[in-house]
Amino acid sequence: MIKFLLNNELVTLDKKLAEVTVLQYLRDNKALKGSKEGCASGDCGACTVVLGEIAPDQQSIHYRSINSCITLLASLHGKQLISIEHLSQGGVLHPVQQSLVEHHGSQCGFCTPGIVMSMFALYHAKTTVDRTTINTALSGNLCRCTGYRPIIEATQESCGIPDGGREPDQFTSREPHTLATLKALQDDIAEQASVNNVFLPQSRTAVSALLAQYPDARFVAGSTDLALEYTQQLKSLPTLISTTRVKECRALTITDEHITVGAALPLNDITPVLTTHFPTLHELIDRFASVPVRNQATLGGNVANASPIGDMPPVLLALNASIVIDNGSDYRTVPASDFFTGYRQTVLTSKEWISAIEFPRLSTAMQLKAYKVSKRHEDDISAVCAVFKLELDGTTVKSLRTGFGGVAATPVSCAELEAQMTGKDWQNATLRTEGMQILSQAFTPIDDVRASAAYRKQLLANLWQRFWFETQSELLVSTRVAQHA
Amino acid sequence: MRKLIEQPTAVTEHSPLLKPTRHESAIRQVSGTARYVDDIPTPDSLCYVSVGTTNVASGTLQLLELDAVWQSPGVIDVITIADIPGHTDIGPVFGGDPILLDNEVKFHGQPVFAVLAETEEHARIAATKANMAFSDGNAILTTDAALAVDSKVRPSHEFGRGDIDAALQAAPMTASGHLSVGGQEHLYLEGQVSLAIPEEEDRMNIYTSSQHPSEVQKLVAEVLGVKLHRVAVDMRRMGGGFGGKESQAAQWACLAAVFALRTRRAVKMRLPRMLDMQATGKRHPFENDYEIGFDESGKMHGAKVTVAGNCGHSPDLSDAIVDRAMFHADNAYQLGASKITGHRLKTHIVSHTAFRGFGGPQGLIMAELMMDVVARKTGLDPLTVRKRNLYSPQNGMVTPYGMELEQDILPSLIEQLENDTQYWQRREDTNKFNQHSPIIKKGLSLTPVKFGISFTAKHLNQAGALIHIYTDGSVQVNHGGTEMGQGLHTKVGQIVAHEFGISLDNIEVTATRTDKVPNTSPTAASSGTDLNGKAAQNACITLKQRLAELFAEEFGVAADTVNFADGKVSSGEHALPFTQLVQNAYMARISLSSTGYYRTPKIHYDRDTGSGRPFFYFANGAAVSEVSVDTLTGEYTVDKVDILHDVGTSLNPAIDRGQIEGGFIQGMGWLTTEDLRWDDDGKLISNNLATYKIPAIGDTPAHFNVQLFDRPNAEDSIYHSKAVGEPPLMLAMSVWCAIKDAVSSLADYRVDPPIPAPATPEHVLAAITALQEGNHDAN
Repeated sequence: MIKFLLNNELVTLDKKLAEVTVLQYLRDNKALKGSKEGCASGDCGACTVVLGEIAPDQQSIHYRSINSCITLLASLHGKQLISIEHLSQGGVLHPVQQSLVEHHGSQCGFCTPGIVMSMFALYHAKTTVDRTTINTALSGNLCRCTGYRPIIEATQESCGIPDGGREPDQFTSREPHTLATLKALQDDIAEQASVNNVFLPQSRTAVSALLAQYPDARFVAGSTDLALEYTQQLKSLPTLISTTRVKECRALTITDEHITVGAALPLNDITPVLTTHFPTLHELIDRFASVPVRNQATLGGNVANASPIGDMPPVLLALNASIVIDNGSDYRTVPASDFFTGYRQTVLTSKEWISAIEFPRLSTAMQLKAYKVSKRHEDDISAVCAVFKLELDGTTVKSLRTGFGGVAATPVSCAELEAQMTGKDWQNATLRTEGMQILSQAFTPIDDVRASAAYRKQLLANLWQRFWFETQSELLVSTRVAQHA
Repeated sequence: MRKLIEQPTAVTEHSPLLKPTRHESAIRQVSGTARYVDDIPTPDSLCYVSVGTTNVASGTLQLLELDAVWQSPGVIDVITIADIPGHTDIGPVFGGDPILLDNEVKFHGQPVFAVLAETEEHARIAATKANMAFSDGNAILTTDAALAVDSKVRPSHEFGRGDIDAALQAAPMTASGHLSVGGQEHLYLEGQVSLAIPEEEDRMNIYTSSQHPSEVQKLVAEVLGVKLHRVAVDMRRMGGGFGGKESQAAQWACLAAVFALRTRRAVKMRLPRMLDMQATGKRHPFENDYEIGFDESGKMHGAKVTVAGNCGHSPDLSDAIVDRAMFHADNAYQLGASKITGHRLKTHIVSHTAFRGFGGPQGLIMAELMMDVVARKTGLDPLTVRKRNLYSPQNGMVTPYGMELEQDILPSLIEQLENDTQYWQRREDTNKFNQHSPIIKKGLSLTPVKFGISFTAKHLNQAGALIHIYTDGSVQVNHGGTEMGQGLHTKVGQIVAHEFGISLDNIEVTATRTDKVPNTSPTAASSGTDLNGKAAQNACITLKQRLAELFAEEFGVAADTVNFADGKVSSGEHALPFTQLVQNAYMARISLSSTGYYRTPKIHYDRDTGSGRPFFYFANGAAVSEVSVDTLTGEYTVDKVDILHDVGTSLNPAIDRGQIEGGFIQGMGWLTTEDLRWDDDGKLISNNLATYKIPAIGDTPAHFNVQLFDRPNAEDSIYHSKAVGEPPLMLAMSVWCAIKDAVSSLADYRVDPPIPAPATPEHVLAAITALQEGNHDAN
């Protein structure tokens, strides 16, 4: 059984439903046809809805946009589901809707409900709104008609009022009541939460017990990749154990040495911490899928998935991070460099799950750069991802750590480059060419739909060049077409 | 009563015409209540279709076992081509498009059989369960391979002016080269979808997302083996079309109708995104060549251009598409002597189809390439070369297909844009920036568009409308055009409101229906408002004539003095509220319903001589784009775009601006990130939104300025406006040329970088490397 609010209505789901995803539930079960299916893979945003959930401060509701087409029904437990039908009140449009009308922000209108919902989430975000935040908030919404200009202006006008100045809407006025209702739901049916063979345990022991009961069960967190097996490959999903409510998987701890990030925290929740301690990751995280995906997807999922083109594994390699693995009774910690064993394979056994990722903190002598190259800036998969961490002693290289995506069957480091650079004078321009030579020979990437092998090799060499330029203290050369952070 | 037509200058304060009226569905769209086919409430009997497809690109069917499909959960019915009661070929013009596989495999992903099941999921799963085998075939997958064996869907065509060989021979300077031009997936956000509801006996109602309801009606009737009058097609709105639902929406409606007839149940067919991308045609990829002669002043002496379109396996609309590529190979330039050749190549690829611009962009890009090449070879600025060659009374006003241009708009339009955007100052700034920036290079380009307006298939240039006035003074309008987001219904509503002098809330433009206005043309070729707006206006004129005569009789005035404005009908001191006059007319037994009809005048084209006037008029525009290119990765950003576009008298400046901006960004996607890829087996591998990237919000330039060029259409178009759907797409040539400009800086602007379309970062980096390595003969 799971319980959630459909706008203001308490819904209890306690038997197996024909509908698997939130979008199917809205359209087929509730006949709420406003949310659209454009791709069923989380790439277009026509299905965007907003989930309200208790904010970490326990005092307010945090509204986040998600792709309902790749969200499993179970993830609604204890939350408020708001779809396009719930925004206008008594025939009066919500300010974001009104603004979109006035700016001529809809043409064919099929993407429009999703656009409105992303605008609505931004309306409730405690942030200043400018072109950059608008781009980010709407990064998961494709529009094929307008060219976005009127949407940008409508968002600027309706959400751009400085924080606190936005007109309270009906969700704000009902917030205390919604908060109380959601809190009550948290305590209700705590350990038994499940629907459609998706279980939501809250403790390590409960996870172990479920694993004993369902030996073939798989783990799920944000479901942004796993759901595609159902929507695209038409597979029926096995029993799933969600780690999203397991306390240890949601922890975030910072010590003098480490930053330890719970594996099941959505990426957007850990972004502030990551970009505080690793500011240069800002661009990579900004280009990691889209906001609705990052609102669901987790670091643990990205790592466990072990895709050679995942965005974060190269960062983990370069930072020498470790994966904290749990089996319910014991933890073991595996360095990222030992974690990936083959194409989409890891050291995880069927009885284990990722509990957390442990990042060593940067010292002042260290510089970190993370580069991603893809056809499109927003929401695209890397042709090549390259991450470098350089530690200097004066101008001498004390250590270099690397991580690459898109160049081999797994995320990889380049040991030869790391060894060759160590002990050398970083200002010596031969390091630039030497590194280029090593990297262009280091891997045998493949030709695929995203890039040719030759382009990937050239990028490896050139991203090394970019890194060398950007870390010279004397040489100030413009190296980016788009500036981030 | 023609004199009742008011010219735009006479628009009164209360008329909605020429005003930025909002889209008629805007409030429903932002509320999620605008209904698309998949949202229509359906009968309980509803069931769903899916199709099983080929996994090879050529060969013949050797084995088809469907037992496992039949046994799959929820399956109701399974059909192959043998089960089609009527016609099995649904080709729109020439045939060649079997509704399901007819022994011979046409392309990878071709529907072989169709299955009907209780749920969409059941149907999709069942469709994967057939046991199929195919003989080996020799797949022709590329334009070059098709050219080598003369594999064509239609004969080649050729036209030109003057003695091209002599002109090339005599020209002081020459150049030649090749350009690969990629195709484009429409990526309408709403995929293909149709709903068939069986009526009595063999009658059928179809709800479909189609730009061409009349063709759906015809093909459904033919496939069912009934007469057209037994099929009614209803089309309220599409979630985007862009040409992709002109001919290629019909197949899914036909399959749904066949099952509906067989089972007497309501049947829906909706293509999941990946199937939609695999099984429907796209913008044609082209392989084009040019050979030009010119002089040191940058003036063209002659051009030989060959455009070769990869049409896929069948003609579909390709004959007219390649024609339009040929008609636009000159863009806005007097080429001198000319010879334009167009090939229509047949390959084992999905049949490519209409896409905004309809071949025009793939031809027009050649003109812009040639201008850039002349600029680099002469050392002149590309804008200087472009201006030097514009059609003008001095340069000559006759196109390669013998049409004499009557409107001379671009010279003044370009001058205004180059001044407004300070082109020459920015050119200096850009060059200076590049001298001091070793890695990031900036590029600047101004390119014009001259786009011919009319269907080149002459018979399609006709339209009908049906208008009812009800006794409360409200008006219902129906016309043959379809609403796909472009604001056609909004504009037609404005026209009708203006004609009757009443407010927009009295106008309801209803779903396009084949039983209201018959034998309609597709909503395509940017013609929607030109044709249907005029037809609606003509229906208004008929009704106004009747009402004016009644008014004249009542008040003893002349009918031709009667005026409709501000909710009133008046003549001199006499006036009646519109509604009152309507009620009087009803009581006087005067018909309050009328059709209206329009056909475009003046147009003709003789294929045998390759000359004529295929276009009623031309829509024009120009854009200046500025980009930054990263020479380490080939990545780039489009930093600034300024557009000045000619829509004649704008019926609705907000909607026109929306078309210009949206068209530009869509064109930019085609020329930058939208990269169609097929593998060596002919399988489309850029087959979802994770691998095919259309522009996202961050791709919209930080500076994006659009102005309308203020000059009424000299032709008698609807209120002297101009068509706006397709032309702005080609303004994005300025982005492609600006990227080339930035890269060209690496060779001191003396080489045109070999960057095909789309200019993906990978292609850009390859050109950068070529220039850095001194490969100056890449062109």
